[in-house]
Amino acid sequence: METTKLPPTSPSSPTTSFSVPSAEKVDGFPRRSMRRARQRRSHSSSQFRYQSSQVELTPLPLLKDAPVAELHDLFCKKLQQCCVLFDFLDCVADLKGKEIKRAALNELVESVATSRGVLIEPLYPEAIKMISVNIFRTLPPSENPEFDPEEDEPTLEASWPHLQLVYEFFLRFLESPDFQPSMAKRYVDQKFVLQLLELFDSEDPREREYLKTILHRVYGKLLGLRAYIRKQINNIFLRFIYETEHFNGVAELLEILGSIINGFALPLKAEHKQFLVRVLIPLHTAKSLSIFHAQLAYCVVQFMEKDATVTEYIIRGLLKYWPKTCTQKEVMFLGEIEEILDVIEPSQFIRVQEPLFKQIAACISSPHFQVAERALYFWNNEYILSLIEENCQVILPLVFATLYRVSKEHWNQTIVSLIYNVLKTFMEMNSKLFDDLTASYKVEKQNWSQGVVNFRIRLIYLHGVSCLIKMCRYH
Amino acid sequence: IVLNLINYKYSSRVGTSRRHAFLYIYMEQIGSNFHLTLVSKMAGADGDDSLYPIAVLIDELRNEDVQLRLNSIKKLSTIALALGVERTRTELLPFLTDTIYDEDEVLLALAEQLGNFTMLVGGPEYVHCLLPPLESLATVEETVVRDKAVESLRKISQEHSPVDLEVHFEPLVKRLASGDWFTSRTSACGLFSVCYPRVSSTVKAEIRQHFRTLCSDDTPMVRRAAASKLGEFAKVLELDYVKSDIISLFTALASDEQDSVRLLAVEACVSIATLLPQEDLETLVMPTLRQAAEDKSWRVRYMVADKFSELQKAVGPEITKNDLVPAFQNLLKDCEAEVRAAAANKVKEFCENLPEDNREQIIMTHILPCVKELVSDTNQHVKSALASVIMGLSTILGKDNTIEHLLPLFLAQLKDECPEVRLNIISNLDCVNEVIGIRQLSQSLLPAIVELAEDAKWRVRLAIIEYMPLLAGQLGVEFFDEKLNTLCMAWLIDHVYAIREAATCNLMKLVEKFGAEWAQNTIVPKVLGMANDPNYLHRMTTLFCINALSEACGQDITTKQMLPVVLKMSNDQVANVRFNVAKSLQKIGPVLDSNALQTEVKPVLEKLATDTDMDVKYFAQEAISVLALA
Repeated sequence: METTKLPPTSPSSPTTSFSVPSAEKVDGFPRRSMRRARQRRSHSSSQFRYQSSQVELTPLPLLKDAPVAELHDLFCKKLQQCCVLFDFLDCVADLKGKEIKRAALNELVESVATSRGVLIEPLYPEAIKMISVNIFRTLPPSENPEFDPEEDEPTLEASWPHLQLVYEFFLRFLESPDFQPSMAKRYVDQKFVLQLLELFDSEDPREREYLKTILHRVYGKLLGLRAYIRKQINNIFLRFIYETEHFNGVAELLEILGSIINGFALPLKAEHKQFLVRVLIPLHTAKSLSIFHAQLAYCVVQFMEKDATVTEYIIRGLLKYWPKTCTQKEVMFLGEIEEILDVIEPSQFIRVQEPLFKQIAACISSPHFQVAERALYFWNNEYILSLIEENCQVILPLVFATLYRVSKEHWNQTIVSLIYNVLKTFMEMNSKLFDDLTASYKVEKQNWSQGVVNFRIRLIYLHGVSCLIKMCRYH
Repeated sequence: IVLNLINYKYSSRVGTSRRHAFLYIYMEQIGSNFHLTLVSKMAGADGDDSLYPIAVLIDELRNEDVQLRLNSIKKLSTIALALGVERTRTELLPFLTDTIYDEDEVLLALAEQLGNFTMLVGGPEYVHCLLPPLESLATVEETVVRDKAVESLRKISQEHSPVDLEVHFEPLVKRLASGDWFTSRTSACGLFSVCYPRVSSTVKAEIRQHFRTLCSDDTPMVRRAAASKLGEFAKVLELDYVKSDIISLFTALASDEQDSVRLLAVEACVSIATLLPQEDLETLVMPTLRQAAEDKSWRVRYMVADKFSELQKAVGPEITKNDLVPAFQNLLKDCEAEVRAAAANKVKEFCENLPEDNREQIIMTHILPCVKELVSDTNQHVKSALASVIMGLSTILGKDNTIEHLLPLFLAQLKDECPEVRLNIISNLDCVNEVIGIRQLSQSLLPAIVELAEDAKWRVRLAIIEYMPLLAGQLGVEFFDEKLNTLCMAWLIDHVYAIREAATCNLMKLVEKFGAEWAQNTIVPKVLGMANDPNYLHRMTTLFCINALSEACGQDITTKQMLPVVLKMSNDQVANVRFNVAKSLQKIGPVLDSNALQTEVKPVLEKLATDTDMDVKYFAQEAISVLALA
C-alpha cells in the first residue's frame, strides 16, 4: 500500500518492503480504504514513539571546514544532532530533517574513518549515547507471525537509511586506530552488550550483518566483556532451543563463535566443553536448523580440531539427536558427520565407529534416495575410506546385511549402483571376511524362511548363555 | 536370578544405553505377552523359571527401537504390580534412577508414570522412594520432560506426610534450587509453593530465601521460571511475608533487563494484587503496574492488555477509575498493532466490569472515542478483534446509546474490507438483537451478507453459511425469502464441495426453523429441479439435499415429491449418481411407509444391485440389507 508513495530514488530502498499484512495480499480486496487510515501510526516502530516532541534540525557547518580548535566541539554537536529520531514509516515526513541527519552521519563516518586524532575521551560517551539511542529499540512484532526464514521475505527495517550509517559509524569507531579500549569500556558495558545481542533477533539481514562484525570487534577489543558475551550468547541459544524456538540471528552468532572457538586456549576449559555439549549439540534439534547449519557444523569441527577428545561427545550427541522424520535434516547431519570424519583422529574413530556405522547403515536403507546417497558418498572420501579399511573387521559386519539387502531392494537405480561400488570396495578390502559374511547372511536368510521361530529361540538361548558366561567372568 | 541380573547390569560397566535397553525390553515382555506367565512365575518366586523371559530380553537387548522402550515404559505400572511393592522399591526404582539417559520421549512417559506410582511403592508411607528418579528427570534439558517431572513431583508432594516432606521432599527442592545447571533451578521454582504450607517455620524461612535467590538468578531462564511462579508462591505465603518479601521480588522482576522476565511479572501482579488489602495496593503494586503499562517493550504492554480484565478485578473499582481507565485508553492507542488488538479484545469485559455508578459516563467519554478510532484501524487483526466484542457494548449502554453511538460503528464494520471483521459482526448479531432489534441493521446487513456470500475465499463463504440459520431466525421468514433465499440456493451449486455440503446442512436447519410447509413451497421445488441439471455434481447435490431434508420435511413430502425424483435418477448414466441414489434410498427409507418401500424402492434397489458398476452394486446391496428388503 505504501509503495505508491515511495520516493523513486533507490530501488533497493528498504521502504519497498513495507509489506501489507500478509493476509491482505491474497484476498483480492481493493486497498483504497487502507490507504486513507492513519498510516503514520500504523507500523511505526516502538522506538519512534518515545521521542516526546520533534526537534527541528538545522544544518551545522561541515566538519572538514571547521578550524581545528572547534572540530571536537562540532563533532560533538553533530553527534547530538544525530540523536534525533525520525518516523520512517511516513516517508514524506520531515524530509529536510532526515536529510540533515543523513548528511551529518555521513560526515561522522568519514571523519572517524579517515582523520586522526578525532576520537578524544569526551567524545566517547557522546558517541556511545548516539549509537544507543539509534540502534537500541524493542524490535517490532513480526508482520508475519509464522515467519519462515527459508520461505518468506524478511521485513526490512524502515529506518535503515539512518540506521545503516549509525552502524557504519559504530564500526569505524571501533576500528579506528585511535580507539582506546580502556576508555570505551566505561560506556560499552555489560548492559550495552546485552542490548546489542538482543538486536540479533532483527529480521533484517543487513542489520544482522553489521551487528555480527561489530560484536566481533567488541569481543576482540574489550577483553573484559568476553566471558559475559559468551555467557549471554549461551542464554540466547538456550532460550532458542528450549523456550521460543525463534531467534533470527543464530547463524550470525554462530559465525562469531566459530572464530572465538578458534582462539580458545588448550586444554579446553570446562565452561567451553559445557558449551559444546549442552548448547551447540542441542542446537541440532532446532526446526530451523537449515538456516544456521553450516555455521554450526563449522563450530563443531573447530572444537574437534582444538581438542580431539571431544569427538566422542560430538558424535554420540549427534546420534542422540538424529532426525527421525525430517530427511532434509538427515542429509545435513550426514554432511556434518562427513566434515567431522574428515578431521577425526583414528584413535577417536575407533571409539565411535560402532554406533556411528549402525546409523550410517540405517541411512543407507532409507527409502529417501538423497539420504541413502549422502551416506554412500562417504565411500568416495579417501580419508574415510582409509579409516573404514583399517577397521574393516568391525565395520563391515555392521553394514553388510544392510548393503546386501538394499542392493536387492532399493527402488532407485543410482543407489543400487552406488551400493555395488561399496560392496566391491569391501570385497577388495577383505575378501575373506566378505565371503564369510555373504555365506552367513545367506544361511541366516534361509533359516529365517525355513523356520523363523526355531531360529529365534535358538538365538535367544545362545545369547542368554553367552551373557551368563560373560557375567560369571565379570564377577 | 532376575534380581541378580538386574544388579549385575546395574553395577557393571556396561554402557548406559545398553543397560536400560535391557530393562526396557524386559518390561516390554512382561508388559505384553509375558505378563501372565511372569506374574505366575513371580508368585512361585525364584528358580530357573525366570531365566526364560530374561533370555528373551537379552536377545531383544540389541533392539534399539525407541517405540519398544516407550511401550514398555507406558506399562511401567503393570511391571511394578507384577514385581510387588517391595521389589519395585528396591530394584525397579534404583534402576530407573540410574537410567535417566534416554530418548526424551521415553523420559516424558516415565516422568508421567511416576506421578501415579504412590500405591505401587506401598502407599504414602513409602512415596518418598519416587523422589530420586523424579529428581533426575527434573534436571534434564528437554523442557517438556522437566515440566512433567515437576508436575509429578507436585502431585506426589501432597501424598507426603509433613515429616516426610521435611525429611525428603524439601531437601530435594533445595538441591534442585542450588543445582549447577539452569535446568534444575528452573524446576525448583515450581516446587516451592507445594511444600511451603506444610513445613515448620524454620524451613519456611529457608524456602523463602531460596526463592529470593532464584528471582535474582544469573540466567534469564531461571528468572523467567521464578517470575512465572511468583503469583502462585505469593498465594501460599503469610500476608506479612507477601508485603515484605514478595513485593520487593515483584518490583525487581518487573524491572528486569529482559522483557521476557518483565512480562511474566505482569501475570504475577494479578495474584499479588488479589492478596493485598485495598489500602496497600496503591503503594505496593500500582507503581509497578503503571510502569508495566508503559513499558518500552511491546511484549510487556501486550501482556498488560491481555491480562487487563484480571488486573481490573484484582485492583478494584477505585484504582480502576483513576489508573486503569487512562492506561486502557493508552493501550487502545498503542503504536503496535499487537497491543491494540489485545486491548480491543478486552473492551467489552473491561466496560462490563466498570463500577456501575458511573460506568456509562466512563465509557462514553473515555472508552468510546478510542473504540471509534479502532474501527478504522489500519491493521485488520485489530479491527477484527474489536468486531468480535463491540456488539457486546450495546447491552451495557442500552438502547438509546446503541442507536446513537454504536450503530454507526457496527455499520462501518459491516462495510469493512476485511471479511473477518464483517463476519465477526454478523456472528455476534444476537447481542444487538436483544437491545434494539436486528431491523435497525437489516439495510446494511444485506449488502454485507451478499458480499461475504460471494467472497472469493471459500472459507469466508463457509463461515457466513454457518450464520445463516441464526440470521434467518432473527430477520424473519419474509425478509429471508425476499433477500437471502437465492443466496442459499446459489451455494448449492458452488464449485467447492465443502460449500455445497454446508449449504445442504444449512437448508436442513432452515427447514427446522421455518417448518415443512415453507420447505415445500420454497426449497423443495428448486432442489428437485436440479435433478435434471447437466452437471452430475449438481444432480448429486439434489440427492444430498434430499438426504438432509427428508426427516425435517416428513413422510408426506418425502414420499410424494422426493422419492419419485430419486427413483428416476437411478437410471442416471453416471455411476456416482446411481450409487448415491442407493445411499439416498437407504437414508430416506425409514421416513417412507412400508408400501412405498416394497413397491417402489425395492425394485429399483434390486435393479441397482445388478448394476455393472461394482460400487453401485455394493451400495445397493447395503441399502437392501439395512432396509431389510431382501
